[in-house]
Amino acid sequence: MRHILSVLLENESGALARVVGLFAQRGYNIDSLTVAATEDPTISRLTLVTRGDDQVIEQITKQLHKLIEVVKLADLSESAHIERELMMVKVKTTAEQREEVKRCADIFRGQIIDITANTYTIQVVGTSEKLEAFIEALSGTQILETVRSGVSGISRGERTLSL
Amino acid sequence: MTSQNTQPELLSGGAMLIRALADEGVEYVYGYPGGAVLHIYDAMFQQHQVKHVLVRHEQAATHMADAYARASGKAGVVLVTSGPGATNAVTGIATAYMDSIPMVVICGQVMSHLIGDDAFQETDMLGISRPIVKHNMSVRRPEDIPYLVKKAFYIAQSGRPGPVVLDIPKDMTIPSQKFPYEYPKEIKLRSYNPNAKGHPGQIKKALTTLLAAKRPVLYSGGGVILGQASDELTTLARKLNLPVTNTLMGLGAYPASDPQFIGMLGMHGSYEANQAMHNADVIFAVGARFDDRVTNATKKFCPNATIIHIDIDPASISKTINAHIPIVGLVKPVLQEMLQQLEKNQGQLDQQALGQWWQQIQQWREVHGGRYDHNPSLLKPQAVIEAVHRHTKGDAYVTSDVGQHQMFAAQYYKFDKPNRWINSGGLGTMGFGLPAAMGVKLHYPDAEVVCVTGEGSIQMNIQELSTCKQYGLGVKIINLNNGYLGMVKQWQDMNYDSRYSSSYMDSLPDFVKLAEAYGHVGIRVTKAEELEPALERAFALKDKLVFLDIHVDPTEHVYPMQIPGGAMNEMFLSKTERT
Repeated sequence: MRHILSVLLENESGALARVVGLFAQRGYNIDSLTVAATEDPTISRLTLVTRGDDQVIEQITKQLHKLIEVVKLADLSESAHIERELMMVKVKTTAEQREEVKRCADIFRGQIIDITANTYTIQVVGTSEKLEAFIEALSGTQILETVRSGVSGISRGERTLSL
Repeated sequence: MTSQNTQPELLSGGAMLIRALADEGVEYVYGYPGGAVLHIYDAMFQQHQVKHVLVRHEQAATHMADAYARASGKAGVVLVTSGPGATNAVTGIATAYMDSIPMVVICGQVMSHLIGDDAFQETDMLGISRPIVKHNMSVRRPEDIPYLVKKAFYIAQSGRPGPVVLDIPKDMTIPSQKFPYEYPKEIKLRSYNPNAKGHPGQIKKALTTLLAAKRPVLYSGGGVILGQASDELTTLARKLNLPVTNTLMGLGAYPASDPQFIGMLGMHGSYEANQAMHNADVIFAVGARFDDRVTNATKKFCPNATIIHIDIDPASISKTINAHIPIVGLVKPVLQEMLQQLEKNQGQLDQQALGQWWQQIQQWREVHGGRYDHNPSLLKPQAVIEAVHRHTKGDAYVTSDVGQHQMFAAQYYKFDKPNRWINSGGLGTMGFGLPAAMGVKLHYPDAEVVCVTGEGSIQMNIQELSTCKQYGLGVKIINLNNGYLGMVKQWQDMNYDSRYSSSYMDSLPDFVKLAEAYGHVGIRVTKAEELEPALERAFALKDKLVFLDIHVDPTEHVYPMQIPGGAMNEMFLSKTERT
């Protein structure tokens, strides 16, 4: 099962290394990981996508809790939540392909954020599945470069993860 | 000193560090000087509250501090220099980590501006130690030193204890740069607040389950020793008429001479303990972690048992074996709450079922009963341990290294008190025994301290005989010398058709002469009849380190031994018998 863990972490050097090290040492998977400071500069928020059965996920959350710098954490996938990932794709576009690529980007509510004579750079935001679908939709086009931010998530409604 | 003066005293980083240790109540620091910690050593030299013990290798410093912590319950303190000083300490830090031992390790580091430049004796100690510490921290500003020392001790000693590394760049301790010193009284961390008390509802459920049990077993581990809950455990076990088994780390938490004690459990556990576990209907696990050396194959583990598990670390609960009634909390307050609830509880023990259960356990006791072959011509290692027990009236601090001798000591030295059995259970560190004995002897000079070791293990830190001379540490070394790495040999006998790949010690030193060369007393014992007089003489030499080189039967194996991949109750009972 895929899980999205949100972690509030003391914004100190070495704290992120401890989280990443934990996954490496104990053989847990990381599908994606994003981290940045929050509105409170002393706290970073980390969103981590991992996979495992219930027992593994339980161990992961307990082991994360044990890290001294972890202040709070939640498994977003346990309840209604919103997840978003940002992707930028640079594609090679010949004159006859440009219209088709533009239409495809529009369908996915993507934006063309940079152009050259031979390329488009498209930004798409959505769930990981949507981004994968977009890549699939571009299969007739030559992709030069892809960069994805990894998943960020937040719970729906009034539920919050804060101090 | 500053009582008349409201202004805090001005101290250098190095002096603040030593003063903070003194304010923390630290008596001894174990270590080894070097470039990055010279300022700190100079500050140490200029005061008399905190004493320094100079070891011969940093690993020994960590084991000394570790063993002091195991015997006293307070964090041990290590001071080493950067680079090789710090990396030499790594094995000892990992040893403490695996057994949840509180320890504060202060490592020097190169000057801040050199970090990352591959400077002389630079190593990323925070990175190296990260997987084997409870926490680690680096000093960025000298004025933070008192706070960071307080934080290090707080983290090391609270919750599930463990080692904390404090990395101090040399420029944080410059003697001419002084800062106001104030030691914090207490510390609060928003990200760390170990839950101590345990959920009363869960405790009630546990008690109800225990009262209804027909075949209960109390399985307690190192957490009871660390949590100083031996009295509560003993009282509760007696009130509930529970058979008690201890893990290797938990020996002494319940008196071994008590009739309710059924021995150690696990790989080399007693037949009755492993049978009782396998056939139990309720397992009451207290401060134990269902480690692989206990459970054998987890799929076959105790098929009919309801499992109650008390542990301060939630990650230890349901990690390898699912707990039906988990209780997160320090064992002492949880057991106290159980005792209080028991006072008020109207529940009755099922005496008839318990009577039958004890009858069954009695039958199991007779099956093996810790028997071994008595051979008049060859000294048996088990007999040596029994003799040491007699000569020390069962009241010594016993440290051990790792291997057969460790198991024999665990099985045959019947520990009646907690904190007396000091061994590396989790990491299994050879070389632990001698420095561990030294750490205990230094703090308890009047106590009898025995290091049970083997000719393989003792050579991993034998240089510490020199430290023993320097500080007059009269420990007794029981070297069970069989000329083999005994446990490796045993596995080779059992699984590799006795192909002794690198398990034979070919050119052993003359340990008697070696002990004498270091200024100690050496006694060799090669015949059974020499054992008693040798022990007599050794223990009469109160203040002397005596190295007893005892030549034991090289063919001996440790039994019982669980059959790998089997259930708890599947065991070899001797070279020719199995369940």
